[in-house]
Amino acid sequence: MAALTPEGPVAPLTPPAVASGPVGGAGRPRRIRVWRGAILAIAAIYFLVPLIASFTFTVKAPEQDFSLDAYGQIFSAEGFGRSLLLSVGLGVATIAVVLLLTLPAMLAVRLSIPKLKPVLEILCTLPLVVPPITFVAGITTVLRLGPDYLASTPFYQTIFAIQDENFPIVLVLAYVILALPFVYRSLDAGLGAIDVRTLVEAARNLGASWPHLIFRVIVPNLRSSLASASFLTLALVLGEFTIASLLNFQTFPVWIYTISGSQAQVSVAVSVFSLLITWLLLLVLSSAGARQRSGS
Amino acid sequence: MTAPSAVRTASASGGGRTKSKSWLATVPLLAFVILIFGVPLVIILGGTFKREGAFSAANITESLQGAYLTALLGSVKLSALVAVVGALLGTFLAQAVVTSRFRLLREAVLTASGVLSNFGGIPLAFAWIATLGNSGVITKALGLDSAGWSLYNFWGLALVYLYFSIPLMVVVVVPALDGLRPQWREAAQNNGANTWQFWRHVGIPVLTPTLLGGVVLLFGGAFAAYATAAAMVGGTVPLVTLQIANALSGNVLIGHENVALALSLDMIIIAGLVMAVYLPLQRRSARWLR
Repeated sequence: MAALTPEGPVAPLTPPAVASGPVGGAGRPRRIRVWRGAILAIAAIYFLVPLIASFTFTVKAPEQDFSLDAYGQIFSAEGFGRSLLLSVGLGVATIAVVLLLTLPAMLAVRLSIPKLKPVLEILCTLPLVVPPITFVAGITTVLRLGPDYLASTPFYQTIFAIQDENFPIVLVLAYVILALPFVYRSLDAGLGAIDVRTLVEAARNLGASWPHLIFRVIVPNLRSSLASASFLTLALVLGEFTIASLLNFQTFPVWIYTISGSQAQVSVAVSVFSLLITWLLLLVLSSAGARQRSGS
Repeated sequence: MTAPSAVRTASASGGGRTKSKSWLATVPLLAFVILIFGVPLVIILGGTFKREGAFSAANITESLQGAYLTALLGSVKLSALVAVVGALLGTFLAQAVVTSRFRLLREAVLTASGVLSNFGGIPLAFAWIATLGNSGVITKALGLDSAGWSLYNFWGLALVYLYFSIPLMVVVVVPALDGLRPQWREAAQNNGANTWQFWRHVGIPVLTPTLLGGVVLLFGGAFAAYATAAAMVGGTVPLVTLQIANALSGNVLIGHENVALALSLDMIIIAGLVMAVYLPLQRRSARWLR
């Protein structure tokens, strides 16, 4: 607007971006600044109050003084270590399986069968459409009916083996499916950013073996997208409640839910704690990503 | 071990051989998805149309009646509300951040959005219960309980769902807002457009696919959410996810167990229809926003 006001020969000399800015004077910019400030303030209240209130809730019970006891009790609470270890273990296993499945397939599709790319993309996006609760409805039915159908085959035992309470492989299998869309997206972005074909041909011409090529050339170049895929998967597994609870496994979120009845403060403390951990992981990840970008 | 060897067979150097063998590397992934994802889906489909061993549409009819229908509609209503409101507020917040001169603010909000958009499930429910629940900190501080406030209803759930929906929208829409080039605004201004005209004829048309895509994502997230609702409202707000969990835990008439599968099928169809809008839209917006 400011650029339009007839100011004679001066107007074209001022860059339009500046002209629409402070030069415009009192009217529009200030209104925008107020508007922006109001939005940011409301957002800050909405997003910060629950965090602060949760923290207050954990450190100050009614008629009691400030104390960090609830956080200390987390570690001594029955089942904390076991469920957290189980969730972390499931997370690591899920990351390993999902990367081992997707990376070779995506590399092969990119290098020599581009026709398959849409198929792979749709397959890896489909789990987004299927809500976890419906997925678990299917899984429980399979687990219930499976033994009847497989009674005479060697698979009969596997149905029970994957439901081992100490390390339920069935959860890893389910989580790999849930993680597929995120992993696919982040690896696809990573592979798109590097020239895979040239890297592969250069490495092969220089005599690199395939394992060498994968681990010394491809993986280092994909470091940040592999890291973000792993992080997202880990966050997903650490927070996943629906499938674990309906299949009756005591993972970390299920444990938080179980103790909430008897130890409300502790369960809120764990919630705050888990948010902090997620935050930390993401900060590490984003700063690592930034370093790599500035490095290359 | 499997990864490198699979790739080795996949794209060995020779031209002809490469084409014929490379699909092998995709076999583990495809087989896994078909077995682990496909079989339960087929079971859902098969089980839906089966009652007491015979083919029947009874489950699907039952899932579209009475309490089940109420729950289904409740979920759709809640998700639609959260999606639309979340998309609007998220876009405003994103615009406020994008146009801000403070780099630090931008970085902080983007990082926070990334974290909060993943903040769901049980911890989210507990954080809000501690804040605005019956004995929550704010409830007590402001005396809201005597004013008849309750978090454990439809609106309370919407308020809580927005807590991860708005940040998700920010994450989705910021790249698109960044992609609105200053030159477009300058060109519009030089042609005599005012702010409203710029948004009406340039900004919003370019952003529409992203915005609609965001609405779809938010809808999907709220529609599928189970943990938060289970921890917060239990059964007091009719939601289809809670009904499915209920039916899976055996709270159905004998012989009607497959109603859970029918409800699941209803959910997948609704989510699928909504998501089907998203993919072509995303392609369209990608054309402009590079």
